[in-house]
Amino acid sequence: MEVILETKNIKKSYLVGRNREIVVLDNINLKIHSGQFISILGQSGAGKSTLLRIMAGLVEPTEGEVLYRGKPLKKTEPKIAVVFQSFALFPWFTVLENVKVGLVGQGYTEEEMREKALKAIDLVGLDGFEDAYPRELSGGMRQRVGIARALAVQPEILLMDEPFSALDVLTADNLRGDIIDLWKEGKMPTKAVVLVTHNIEEAVYMSTQAVVLTHNPGRIKAEIPIELSYPRDKNSRDFKFLLDKIYTVLVKPPEEIPMLLVTGRYQFLPHAKVGAIAGLVELVHDKGGKVDIYALSSELSMEVDDIFPLIEAAHILDFGEIREGDFILTEKGKKWAEADTLQKKEIFKEAALQNVQLIKQIMQVLLTISKHRVSEEFFLDILKNHFTPDESWNQFETAVDWGRYAELFAYDYDAGELYLEELQSIDM
Amino acid sequence: MKIPISIPFETFRVRAIDIGVFLIILCILSLIIYIASQWTEPYTRTIQIDLNPKNIPEYAIQSLFRIFVAYLISLIFSIWYGYTASRTKYHEKVMIPLLDILQSIPVLSFLPGVVLAMIALFPGKRIGLEIACILLIFTGQVWNMTFSFYHSINTIPKEMKEVVKTFKLSKFSKFLKLDLPFSAIGLIWNSMMSVAGGWFFLMACEMFVLEDKDFRLPGLGSYIQTAANLGSIEHVVYGLGTMILLIIILDICIWRPLIVWSQRFRMETIPPEEERESFFLNILTGSILLRKLTNLINTFIYHIEKLSYSKVFLTKSSLLNLISKLVGFLILLIIFSLLVWAFINALSIISLIKLRDIITIMEAAFYSLLRVSAALIIALSWTLPVGVYIGLNPKAAKFLQGIIQIAASVPATAVFPVILLFLIKIGGGLDIGAIFLMLLGTQWYLLFNIIAGASSIPKDLIEISRAYGIKGLRKWKVLILPGIFPYLITGLITASGGAWNATIVSEYVSFGGQIMQTKGLGALISSSSASGNFALLLASTCFMSMIVVGINRLLWKRLFLLAKTKYTLE
Repeated sequence: MEVILETKNIKKSYLVGRNREIVVLDNINLKIHSGQFISILGQSGAGKSTLLRIMAGLVEPTEGEVLYRGKPLKKTEPKIAVVFQSFALFPWFTVLENVKVGLVGQGYTEEEMREKALKAIDLVGLDGFEDAYPRELSGGMRQRVGIARALAVQPEILLMDEPFSALDVLTADNLRGDIIDLWKEGKMPTKAVVLVTHNIEEAVYMSTQAVVLTHNPGRIKAEIPIELSYPRDKNSRDFKFLLDKIYTVLVKPPEEIPMLLVTGRYQFLPHAKVGAIAGLVELVHDKGGKVDIYALSSELSMEVDDIFPLIEAAHILDFGEIREGDFILTEKGKKWAEADTLQKKEIFKEAALQNVQLIKQIMQVLLTISKHRVSEEFFLDILKNHFTPDESWNQFETAVDWGRYAELFAYDYDAGELYLEELQSIDM
Repeated sequence: MKIPISIPFETFRVRAIDIGVFLIILCILSLIIYIASQWTEPYTRTIQIDLNPKNIPEYAIQSLFRIFVAYLISLIFSIWYGYTASRTKYHEKVMIPLLDILQSIPVLSFLPGVVLAMIALFPGKRIGLEIACILLIFTGQVWNMTFSFYHSINTIPKEMKEVVKTFKLSKFSKFLKLDLPFSAIGLIWNSMMSVAGGWFFLMACEMFVLEDKDFRLPGLGSYIQTAANLGSIEHVVYGLGTMILLIIILDICIWRPLIVWSQRFRMETIPPEEERESFFLNILTGSILLRKLTNLINTFIYHIEKLSYSKVFLTKSSLLNLISKLVGFLILLIIFSLLVWAFINALSIISLIKLRDIITIMEAAFYSLLRVSAALIIALSWTLPVGVYIGLNPKAAKFLQGIIQIAASVPATAVFPVILLFLIKIGGGLDIGAIFLMLLGTQWYLLFNIIAGASSIPKDLIEISRAYGIKGLRKWKVLILPGIFPYLITGLITASGGAWNATIVSEYVSFGGQIMQTKGLGALISSSSASGNFALLLASTCFMSMIVVGINRLLWKRLFLLAKTKYTLE
């Protein structure tokens, strides 16, 4: 993918008084490729908007340079369009005239200008409002004009400075959806978009990559890819997971970030009790070790959604695998189905220690701590870095259920503590 | 009716820059007076004013033309000065304090000096007088327009300026699409104020006579004065009537339509004006001819705009840039050396001043100060109750405001000859009469501001004070005076400036071939120009500017700051 805009060692500082320097941005190195929708996140005062203005050529960096298509960007460039928080429309011009403002210097004839402006107005869904004045429009429509004005010049890159923060919640949602539709359908003439925002949900909903800035001074804290397919479901697990992750990155000190990010995505345990998993595995074994998942659900008169956690749990434990809608037991799964109660526990213990990240971690901690007793809060805190508080509790509960079954550890409900009943040597 | 007044905040103490600015003004003044002192040949030209009413249209057109030319120059100057002052921090640091002092100097005190200087430059020709007249109207009306434009282009929202930058609009496009529309409302309001003030100076210029030297210009002002001199009330009425009619026509056909039309340039954050209808504008917008004309103008502007982007224009403009920079530098150098030269001359003129002259100036200044204060107190004593009454009673406002506006639209200087006629008939001298003349020029500023202040007192505050039984003197102390305070101060600043201006034309008058004068700084300025005592003229003009600027700094601006910080209802 070609690099459209690149910032190289950007630093921006202001002199306060005689010789006190306030550093707003420091060491910013970013590459914006075509096809990328990048959101810049940071707390207020992190210099997000300043960075955007430097990319636009509106503000000169103190050090470093911006490369546009490999060449240093000296001043503003019409192919780098900006959408502003306050819309910045001229109240004395109609919608059409406002959109035409950007086209004036481009050497088009009056007729071409009109045509291009009308096309852009059409694109943002303001057809029929060409002759309205901004004051006649709602906030959302005004920002649409701002976007049309930016798109009319066929920019290579679109820079948006908190474009939704002056709008009410519903209007903003609506506009975000429309922009994403244009973006993914390739109707926008731009090759890349940069969005400055303080709204994490907005970043996860819209962009393909989130760049998180620290503040005082603003440095790049993390670049987090967002590889969800459009349209994004705000209630989906992946969406919420990314939301939590970015939130964590935002609030944690920069030193802890590498740890958070290197672990990657934390393994998700489906909420399934061991008894239910065993029931499923035995049933499938009786049917010859292979079933069609949909047929099975209708046979058991259960929803697929209800049966799926069990299948996924079996899959995590390496008791079975999913192939083209079928659920097939592995050798280990078959063995587990045939085993008696004691053997079942042994096989499960081995499978859990091998395959379940959270159980592995719990055991590691219990074994290293001298009294072999740890409060549940310890694990919940770790989990909360990866899951919502509710989900963290679910994860912990599932792990405790599985661990107790495997007789790996015990759980003191009243004290809220996990502990080892007897020291055992475990191969991990 | 609101009176927009813009005063920069940082100018409350005297700084080095103020002294520098004052020196610049001293130089300009001494240059004027030096030129004036070069005038040696006797001035014999006198203009015959024909009182026949059929000449009135011609006189009216000449007067209008002077105002129009002065206004046009003011507009261009405002835009140039506004842009130049906001170019760099250094420009701003010199040009804004200069503007502030220039706007508070009583312009009329320059009248005798400027007239003599122009006669010296164009001996025996009417053009010198015309230029002097236009120059004075210009200096009377330009400053508030300049402040307005400067203030406007410096308060354009940052993001709107960034839009212009990202799309790389040319300077002309930026002026056309952003700066001019953004400043339009302020400019139009201030233009209206300025032109109203312009009449005041026009009348003074047209009637200017120094002892045996008759510097009158044919126009409505000289017509009225001649009629009054001859005691012909009938012709005075014709002249005054024509002028009032003209002012009303200008209001209906130009200012009102402009104000209504300019509403389109309003930002969201500014509440709309009440007057949103102008029947004249409605007629205009219906006219096909006008529409064709605007289309023509639009295409013309469109082509210029295109041109401002063309490559040829750009390369040429870079060369032009160099040339214009060079020329600008040269002009600056010439002006600077001229000022230095004038300053040296001024020193030699001032060295002629004796101790006795200084005592004379001090004495005269004391009398003028007393008169100005008396005029302000008298004006305040009637405008305060009447203004508050009108402001608090919307019904009365509707009825009275129209009458007061017409009364106020008559420039005080136009009525002077009539008042003088009356004073002579009852046998009063100028000692007290001058106060009455000053009053004419000052009371309206006060009245309008007090009305505006009283009508801006929130309804719930009025109701609360009624609920608590706050009445009489206490009501004034608790509610009304604090409520109108910022407006009162604004009115007083403008009124005191007007009163000082009026000293020139009210303390020394030539009426019916004889000179009437009283002790005062204004009389001193006029009589020293009449007798050719240029040292005294320079010193007294300078001293008057110093007094007015000093009072502004020490008294009015402090009160203004207090008003802005403590007594603002937000």
